[in-house]
Amino acid sequence: MQVSAALLIQQLLPDIVLSLFGIAILLADSFVPKQRKHVLGVLSIVGIVATMACTINLVGEYGTYFSGMVVVDTFGIFFRLVFLVIAGLVILASFSYLDQQKLQLSEYYALILFATVGMNMMVASTQLIMIFLGLETLSVSSYVLLGIRRTDLKSNESALKYFLLGSFSSAFLLYGIALAYGATRSSDIQVIFRAIETRSADLRLLHVALGLLLVGLGFKVSAVPFHVWTPDVYEGAPSPVSGFMSAGPKAASFAVMLRLLFVALPAIQSKWVLLVGVSALLTMTIGNVVALVQSNIKRMLAYSSIAHAGYILVAVASATDSGITAVLFYTLAYALMNIGAFTVVSLIGKEDERNIHIEDYAGLGFKQPLLAASLSVFLLSLAGIPLTAGFAGKFFIFRAALESRLLWLTIFGVLNSALSVYYYLRVIVTMYMEEPMADFSPVAVPTSLRLALGIAVFGTLQMGIYPGLLMTFLGSSLFSMR
Amino acid sequence: MENSILTVVTFLPALGALLLLFGGKKSGHKSRALALAFSLMTFLTSLLLISKFNSATAGMQFEQQIPWIPSFGITYHVGIDGISLFLVLLTTCLTPLAILSSWNSIDSRVKEYYFFMLLLETGMIGVFVALDFFLFYVFWEVMLVPMYFIIGVWGGPQRIYAAVKFFIYTMVGSVLMLVAILSLYFLCGGTTFDYSAILTGLKNQHFILTSTQQFWLFLAFFLAFAIKVPLFPLHTWLPDAHVEAPTAGSVLLAGVLLKMGTYGIIRFCMPLFPDAATELTPFVCTLAVIGIIYGALVAMVQPDLKKLVAYSSVSHLGLVVLGLFAMNLQGVEGAIYQMLNHGISTGALFLVVGMIYERRHTRMIADFGGLASPLPVFSAIFMIVTLSSIGLPAMNGFVGEFLIFLGSYQANRTYTILAATGVVLSAVYMLWMFQRVIFGEIRSEKNRVLVDLTLREKVILVPIVVLIFWMGVYSQSFLRKMDSSVTQVLNDMQSTAVVLRK
Repeated sequence: MQVSAALLIQQLLPDIVLSLFGIAILLADSFVPKQRKHVLGVLSIVGIVATMACTINLVGEYGTYFSGMVVVDTFGIFFRLVFLVIAGLVILASFSYLDQQKLQLSEYYALILFATVGMNMMVASTQLIMIFLGLETLSVSSYVLLGIRRTDLKSNESALKYFLLGSFSSAFLLYGIALAYGATRSSDIQVIFRAIETRSADLRLLHVALGLLLVGLGFKVSAVPFHVWTPDVYEGAPSPVSGFMSAGPKAASFAVMLRLLFVALPAIQSKWVLLVGVSALLTMTIGNVVALVQSNIKRMLAYSSIAHAGYILVAVASATDSGITAVLFYTLAYALMNIGAFTVVSLIGKEDERNIHIEDYAGLGFKQPLLAASLSVFLLSLAGIPLTAGFAGKFFIFRAALESRLLWLTIFGVLNSALSVYYYLRVIVTMYMEEPMADFSPVAVPTSLRLALGIAVFGTLQMGIYPGLLMTFLGSSLFSMR
Repeated sequence: MENSILTVVTFLPALGALLLLFGGKKSGHKSRALALAFSLMTFLTSLLLISKFNSATAGMQFEQQIPWIPSFGITYHVGIDGISLFLVLLTTCLTPLAILSSWNSIDSRVKEYYFFMLLLETGMIGVFVALDFFLFYVFWEVMLVPMYFIIGVWGGPQRIYAAVKFFIYTMVGSVLMLVAILSLYFLCGGTTFDYSAILTGLKNQHFILTSTQQFWLFLAFFLAFAIKVPLFPLHTWLPDAHVEAPTAGSVLLAGVLLKMGTYGIIRFCMPLFPDAATELTPFVCTLAVIGIIYGALVAMVQPDLKKLVAYSSVSHLGLVVLGLFAMNLQGVEGAIYQMLNHGISTGALFLVVGMIYERRHTRMIADFGGLASPLPVFSAIFMIVTLSSIGLPAMNGFVGEFLIFLGSYQANRTYTILAATGVVLSAVYMLWMFQRVIFGEIRSEKNRVLVDLTLREKVILVPIVVLIFWMGVYSQSFLRKMDSSVTQVLNDMQSTAVVLRK
């Protein structure tokens, strides 16, 4: 097939634009005086909006380019938009955070853009090698982002831990890719599928590859038993970056997992459904139970993010189209509510992230109504109370699970959801029902943060009150995935 | 217009809530006035329902159906029949009274308080009018949030414990109901969450639920409802929540929220899973009878007025459940009537207790005594309310209890006889409490100088007294509107059950 250069560029335009903005920020850094680094943040927002425009332009396109290295489909485009929303919200939340922590570093913005490019690459290819490259682009950027509070011990610990365990998991993933190649003579998801179809694949080797790939991806989505790094990393990371990490890389890894399991390996479904199902059960339960006893809000949100990975795994285990739709819906819902929560956390933290314990939120309800009300919306959504995105998402997940007759998983899922209410409510209790501390001083809420909170609250409620809109779009993204 | 009355009634309070929250800074009095105005408007609109209600129709009226999430067959479907009509009216009638009752007692964070009150009203009405399982679940759960805040922020010393307990208890029950709703959806073709459609499908044998499926679905629904009712032994959240909530919160908890449980049983459990309901009747009735007697005995020994009323609710609601599971016209109709009676009488009791608490800042029975001479009007109304709660003839409680016993005697004598002791006990604890509070010597000097009811308080209580006598003397004006709908539910049960026995 002859493809014109202009067309090729159009397909790659989002990534090109985003990378160019990243590079431009790094270069511009030398010319921007220290007290005006905000300009670079604004520049990165412009970059994200421009990329979003290019990406939306691709909606409806379908094709494979660069001898199968780049795939454009609605599935990928949806995820790219999710990543851009995530990056945009995180950057908006970071303006005031960087001020507060006296971290005027322009690399910060550039690294978020590069990480986003990495995530985009992960969902815009069916080549496992390309996916791996995207993952590494993402990972390297995030290692730096996690440790960007250079003088803080916890931030260093966070970066180092993620670096070590991340490399470890990458190795698993790579080994899995190698074995998959050995079993099917290809590292392309489509070709692997055909190899299994035509019975030319070595199935035993492929089972081992499946295991290794699931381990690697399990690390990234922090599924039990590969979740141990999560609380330490999220606790030490700068709060907006914790929000980024809990939403972005997870969503990207779930996208890869979906492509791998649903496109390449549906034939050996019986092998992975139980694996994923059991992991989902453990992930939900351990995440929720341990979150119950956390007093540090970042650690609590970290365990909650483990639990939410468990819910998403329930949808993956359902192994149906409604399962895929539920995963897509939930990743966006989760991104909005969780980044929203971390946005509030990052502002309340103040200098050196002093106030990151739940008791620091005492009395916030009536002293800072805007922050407290938004945080309540996010927490109620995380808890799965109706009319929020979290409830709609869980509803779709459990519907998909029941459709596949996974009654046991559904019952454990809803019970977990009820359990989780306790620790989310605890924060609301503290904010609204306890007296503020003696030395309580309100924080100003800057415009950028208001904007981020506004978008997140609007999205959370919109997806909760009228989920039909997004569901219709998601229904169409399924058919283009295969 | 006709078919959107229900939507207006449901969302008018929510509109008021939003106006309160985003309408800029307001003084306390403005917020109170706005909330009262919206709740009164809702009440007046809901009167339209009763005037246009057609008693001859058994099915749903004022129906409105709009697609909501079309790909899953979820619609916004509301409607009422003779069963839900009065529960909606009960809600719209009690809310303005509750708002008036907190006029002076809530003086901090007034705006937020009324915001949650109005939101709560929307949630409560929504539960009674929803005819789509998804919609019903949404209202059922969302309603928790404002109640949780009302208890937790404006409640008594143990308010946080009570609020969290209330929330978690209800949540655990209702998530299993969600699983049951989803299962029912898949068992009935997996195309619609519409209540009427599923019920019709079951009646016409389009879908058949085996008795095992019925059993589990019934249990999952029933657990959620039994927690709300609350049925013994799931009642432990109730004394905490009632005692800690501010007066208006207790009024709505007892007056309306508990009815959501019994309403759920008659709307969902009985017509959809009749075989399971019949099979489990002995089990449910045993729990109900235990609740009746246990609640009464515990109420008897309470030193705290509010706790006493709270436990009396456990007892009274047991009686309602007994009436429902008699599964005949008298029993079920009596149960529905008793739901309304309990809403009015117990709501009034909480209001009265709240009024005396505002004056003395104590609810301990031992602190009172001899209130009859300083507070003659108060005492008279208190007496009427007490007697109505006991079920004295010519008052509302008598009609309900009589019908329930009439119905349940035909179904099972033993339970009826045991349950009747609950009525005797209720006379004991209520009258004893009344005697200790109102009659006797004035033991505390503070009680001597108390001021009798103010105009505002009379405005709250007089409509209730009127209702008490109206419902007691001319019950036909209410029962007439229920007849055909209740008969319909019982027929539905018969037809579905007979279908299954073939």
